Amino acid sequence: MPAVSKGDGMRGLAVFISDIRNCKSKEAEIKRINKELANIRSKFKGDKALDGYSKKKYVCKLLFIFLLGHDIDFGHMEAVNLLSSNKYTEKQIGYLFISVLVNSNSELIRLINNAIKNDLSSRNPTFMCLALHCIANVGSREMAEAFAGEIPRILVAGDTMDSVKQSAALCLLRLYKTCPDLVLMGEWTSRVVHLLNDQHMGVVTAAISLITCLSQKNPDEFKTCVSLAVSRLSRIVSSASTDLQDYTYYFVPAPWLSCKLLRLLQCYPPPEDGAVKGRLVECLETILNKAQEPPKSKKVQHSNAKNAILFEAIALIIHYDSEPNLLVRACNQLGQFLQHRETNLRYLALESMCTLASSEFSHEAVKTHIETVINALKTERDVSVRQRAADLLYAMCDRSNAKQIVAEMLSYLETADYSIREEMVLKVAILAEKYAVDYSWYVDTILNLIRIAGDYVSEEVWYRVIQIVINRDDVQGYAAKTVFEALQAPACHENMVKVGGYILGEFGNLIAGDPRSSPLVQFNLLHSKFHLCSVPTRALLLSAYIKFINLFPETKSTIQEVLRCDSQIRNSDVELQQRAVEYLKLSSIASTDVLATVLEEMPPFPERESSILAKLKKKKGPGAVSVNELEDAKREGGELNGGGERADTSAMAASNASTPSPSADLLGLRPAPAVGSAPPSTGSLLVDVFSEGSAAPSAGVNDDGFLRDLEQPPETSDTLLAEGPGDSDSAPPPAVSEEPAPPLPEAEELLNKFVCKNNGVLFENQLLQIGIKSEYRQNLGRMYLFYGNKTSVQFVSFSTTVSCPGELPTQLNLQTKTVEPLIEGGAQVQQVVNIECLTDFVDAPLLNIKFRYGGALQNLTLKLPVTINKFFQPTEMLSQEFFQRWKQLSQPQQEAQKIFKAGHGIDTEVVKAKLLGLGTALLENVDPNPENFVCAGVIQTKAQQVGCLLRLEPNAQAQPGEQMYRLTLRSSKDTVSKRLCELLSEQF
Amino acid sequence: MIGGLFIYNHKGEVLISRVYRDDIGRNAVDAFRVNVIHARQQVRSPVTNIARTSFFHVKRANIWLAAVTKQNVNAAMVFEFLYKMCDVMTAYFGKISEENIKNNFVLIYELLDEILDFGYPQNSETGALKTFITQQGIKGQHQTKEEQSQITSQVTGQIGWRREGIKYRRNELFLDVLESVNLLMSPQGQVLSAHVSGRVVMKSYLSGMPECKFGMNDKIVIDKQGKGGTTDEAGKSELGGSSGKQSIAIDDCTFHQCVRLSKFDSERSISFIPPDGEYELMRYRTTKDIILPFRVIPLVREVGRTKLEVKVVIKSNFKPSLLAQKIEVSIPTPLNTSGVQVICMKGKAKYKASENAIVWKIKRMAGMKESQISAEIELLPTNDKKKWARPPISMNFEVPFAPSGLKVRYLKVFESKLNYSDHDVIKWVRYIGRSGIYETRC
Repeated sequence: MPAVSKGDGMRGLAVFISDIRNCKSKEAEIKRINKELANIRSKFKGDKALDGYSKKKYVCKLLFIFLLGHDIDFGHMEAVNLLSSNKYTEKQIGYLFISVLVNSNSELIRLINNAIKNDLSSRNPTFMCLALHCIANVGSREMAEAFAGEIPRILVAGDTMDSVKQSAALCLLRLYKTCPDLVLMGEWTSRVVHLLNDQHMGVVTAAISLITCLSQKNPDEFKTCVSLAVSRLSRIVSSASTDLQDYTYYFVPAPWLSCKLLRLLQCYPPPEDGAVKGRLVECLETILNKAQEPPKSKKVQHSNAKNAILFEAIALIIHYDSEPNLLVRACNQLGQFLQHRETNLRYLALESMCTLASSEFSHEAVKTHIETVINALKTERDVSVRQRAADLLYAMCDRSNAKQIVAEMLSYLETADYSIREEMVLKVAILAEKYAVDYSWYVDTILNLIRIAGDYVSEEVWYRVIQIVINRDDVQGYAAKTVFEALQAPACHENMVKVGGYILGEFGNLIAGDPRSSPLVQFNLLHSKFHLCSVPTRALLLSAYIKFINLFPETKSTIQEVLRCDSQIRNSDVELQQRAVEYLKLSSIASTDVLATVLEEMPPFPERESSILAKLKKKKGPGAVSVNELEDAKREGGELNGGGERADTSAMAASNASTPSPSADLLGLRPAPAVGSAPPSTGSLLVDVFSEGSAAPSAGVNDDGFLRDLEQPPETSDTLLAEGPGDSDSAPPPAVSEEPAPPLPEAEELLNKFVCKNNGVLFENQLLQIGIKSEYRQNLGRMYLFYGNKTSVQFVSFSTTVSCPGELPTQLNLQTKTVEPLIEGGAQVQQVVNIECLTDFVDAPLLNIKFRYGGALQNLTLKLPVTINKFFQPTEMLSQEFFQRWKQLSQPQQEAQKIFKAGHGIDTEVVKAKLLGLGTALLENVDPNPENFVCAGVIQTKAQQVGCLLRLEPNAQAQPGEQMYRLTLRSSKDTVSKRLCELLSEQF
Repeated sequence: MIGGLFIYNHKGEVLISRVYRDDIGRNAVDAFRVNVIHARQQVRSPVTNIARTSFFHVKRANIWLAAVTKQNVNAAMVFEFLYKMCDVMTAYFGKISEENIKNNFVLIYELLDEILDFGYPQNSETGALKTFITQQGIKGQHQTKEEQSQITSQVTGQIGWRREGIKYRRNELFLDVLESVNLLMSPQGQVLSAHVSGRVVMKSYLSGMPECKFGMNDKIVIDKQGKGGTTDEAGKSELGGSSGKQSIAIDDCTFHQCVRLSKFDSERSISFIPPDGEYELMRYRTTKDIILPFRVIPLVREVGRTKLEVKVVIKSNFKPSLLAQKIEVSIPTPLNTSGVQVICMKGKAKYKASENAIVWKIKRMAGMKESQISAEIELLPTNDKKKWARPPISMNFEVPFAPSGLKVRYLKVFESKLNYSDHDVIKWVRYIGRSGIYETRC
């Protein structure tokens, strides 16, 4: 590169810059700049011819002014002129100006591209490099369009200089990162890969960055690079430190290249070829060996370079996860770093160990460092390192060391940084649950956790304790005793009160024998915390009190006294007031038998994926959770629930669930109904029931929504819809909730029955028959529902609700009238549903029906057969017109296609009838093949009209049983095509 | 109340830092520097709120004065104090510059201790301060006990701004009416906004404790006298009417603390015991019937994309016997100007690239005259499509009359104890009208 001589140093520029620096105020600076700009303008005035030097100088000044933050609106032309100069410095300044100040100014871009093209095709390597740097610096789409084809050619051409190749590789990388679609490697692939064999180390280093990036997108095409990379790596590793001359950095041969090679190899699985693999393993061993050697230099750069390679190598070993020998060695070497002086090394070592701990081969080896890690957690100065240490402890925990690790983490929690406390709490909770051998230890741990870091204990953690305590008989007594003791602390956290209230309310009787924890003592203990708690906790405590009345009749008068006092019965919070009033009434009216039934012990919870684990995952974000953890969760789910699938489906259901998350709602406020039409308020119902006295006590009690919260297990949001329908059928009557039941399993099938017809019987069982009659016009529809009582006994409190799950409320508008709450035996009532389609939709609205038959609450949910095809308007058209439109809708997302087996054989007449029932016009003589069916129609919604074309191609010649259909749908809206295709494919 | 007071140089280095209250920490000093002095965008608001702390600043040349508080103070009071502080410093050591501040920093701390107490402003009258804060420092042995007690009684007394026992051989007083006239005019000559803000500055060298009474042609006073006065007076005012308008409407005014406000409220007469030396007696503002000393007539013609022709005519609009001075017209040029040719009949004109303007200077100009300048501006074609915003033409001048029309009717001095009367006092009155922001759109 030609050196800039002193005489070339642009004195004017230096003077200008020093003037600016000497300015005392912003105003003075602006004045100086204005003066200079006027000067440059007068110089650039068209009529004077400037020599290259002054042009360069003024462009430089403009650039400087721009970089000071002032707008520059001229001088671009002069800069472009500089590009065609033959002097290096002038060209360089020109390119510099262009790369900094270019905007997509059409005329100039053309000139610039021209100049760049000239430079690229010149044989002068410095000019080529300048041009390549400019392309990379600008890196815009326009640049990519203009040069993406040219650069690979330069990169692989035999006669290109090494320095140009380097620049070309990096330039191509940059263009690929901005617009991957424009950089097509295709034919160049193998030649680019062979750059790894290049003589020049610089070229290899540049090329490997490009290859790594490209191979991440299409690994298969670049597979061949693995063996080349391995051989290159082994050559570097085995070379003496003096072999590589310029590329030896503080006695380490080519550290950057080595790191990049190792990183490239991490994109691929272990090589299958034995020889290659052997060589690679050898390399890795050498790297590990070299790391053990005494340092050749005291300089920090030497050890940095060496360690960089070592950590990359270890990352590769972990990535392969197949060489037990290497894994253990890596682990031991990392162990040495755990106590290193350098904070960064300690951090990196802990981080790598975290991943090592998940490998089955090295898990044991990692465990040997437990003492060091615990020590790091306690004494480390840097918070990020402490965090890693906590992560590692979590990762290395298993059954054998769980107790020790959990104890250590708990003791650390007292002094832990606030930023990591919540995560620590979750981790402790998970470990305690996962590796609990006896549940008393688990309960102890969690209660300790709440005591130490109550603020950071999320709802999920204490829900989980309660779930486990309720599901395990053996631990209940112990839990009651422990919480009782814990509550005796003068100040205890609100979460502790919640757990305490719940557990004593359920299992207080188990410790009531001891005079020190007699019922009254228990109650007084709980009530002493009452006034310090927030509303949800108070609500929970009130429920616990009513349970006390059931468990210990002797406390009844005391508790009634408490409930009756003004601060409860006239509480300004409506929930608390309602509870107080209802519980008071319940305790005074209901007989002990009724009480016992109503306030029965909680049924066991259905086992499911630990909600805490889900929370941790959410906190860390996807990708941050190690595979190991996920698998663990699945395995656990499998063990507990007899099928990992169920945990998954419940998680999926959770994401679809429309109910608001009942997070603050374990025992409290009922979830708001999902539909606008509010169910009759429970409050008024209650008044009715009690005015009847205890004539029908059981019915009355069951009718009350307020007890539901005691009966209902503490749910996390994923459970409402996840519980299979089997649960609700088999559950004892008191457990039936007023929540709409989940849709029947056959609901989907019932729905499909009505895709092609409008009238019929929607549902029938021994009690009830539901018939449907419906008519549609444009985007409006009306549906008559007929509810027939098949029994001879009347149905009481019959109510129906139509609800729209998910996004449906924005897509469909449904209006219903309420029905008579009484259906006599054998009678039928009618309900009208008015439907307006706002825009296209997928889900079907839900119909929930509730009534009492002989005292038992019946609760069922069906899908209303409203599907998108109901809003079809048939369109007649001729063959030519049809195919013209067909072609117009040729974008891939507009088309939905499905090939499926014919369900009932192929009967032309039946198919025709069904297609007509669908609502479309069946077009005759359109398709050249007379066997094919072709339909057309327009879906009318309020927002828009969606034209649809349909083509159904049967292969009638095939054997019966192997007959197939090919169904193709094209419409102007992709969601419509997809949904119709789904609906229709079920019909044939 | 004011929690602290900082003085910075243009680089943001702290020259003076005086904290009066504990709620202002050391970091407040840096907060102001980072957020105001070194801010990316120029901070235009004189009040800045940073982290629940308010910073009030004024700038004098390259020096920043910032008052800091965490409380909800009266912002007008704080600024009044800051201006007063500037006055005091100017009175002590002249121009406020970095060097002067550095040379006098002991004095400044001394002053700050005196004029602000726990953040509450105290007596900031220069004359009074100079009696006990001297630039040489107070030398105890030179001051008698009597003098010391006199200081105390004066500072704490009713008339804190004047000490007793002043004696002059010649009783003299100077009265300056200083006005600045602000104008914004449309290219067609329509007045868009105009107002005059004026000050009456007095320099008094009077013996004893004289009682003064100041009278001017305030419309309310004149009207009252016209109604209640004798026919004789009415005839007088008619006579005066021929020489110009006789009374002016003052929109609002403020007085020096020595003026008895109760008397002004009841009788609208301005009576006071003046401080010794120079001080500002009153400030006022008028918006009606302003005499505009100059009229600017611009003519701008764009010839193609690369040329602009500008012609500006100025007309003086006052008595031919008066002379305006220091006239300066600044005609803005487009940002892509590459060359300028100017021809003017009078004065000197020059293109100043650093200000993006043609500056035309005329030393003197008599009333009822006119003068003109024409310029050809060459432009450089730019790729920017933005049109030039055409900033207004601004003007500076000085005229020897009050554009508001204010006249001093009398200034009477009464000193009952000493043996001199109103007639013995030599009085000087001077009117100066300056341009404030005097702009004409083109």
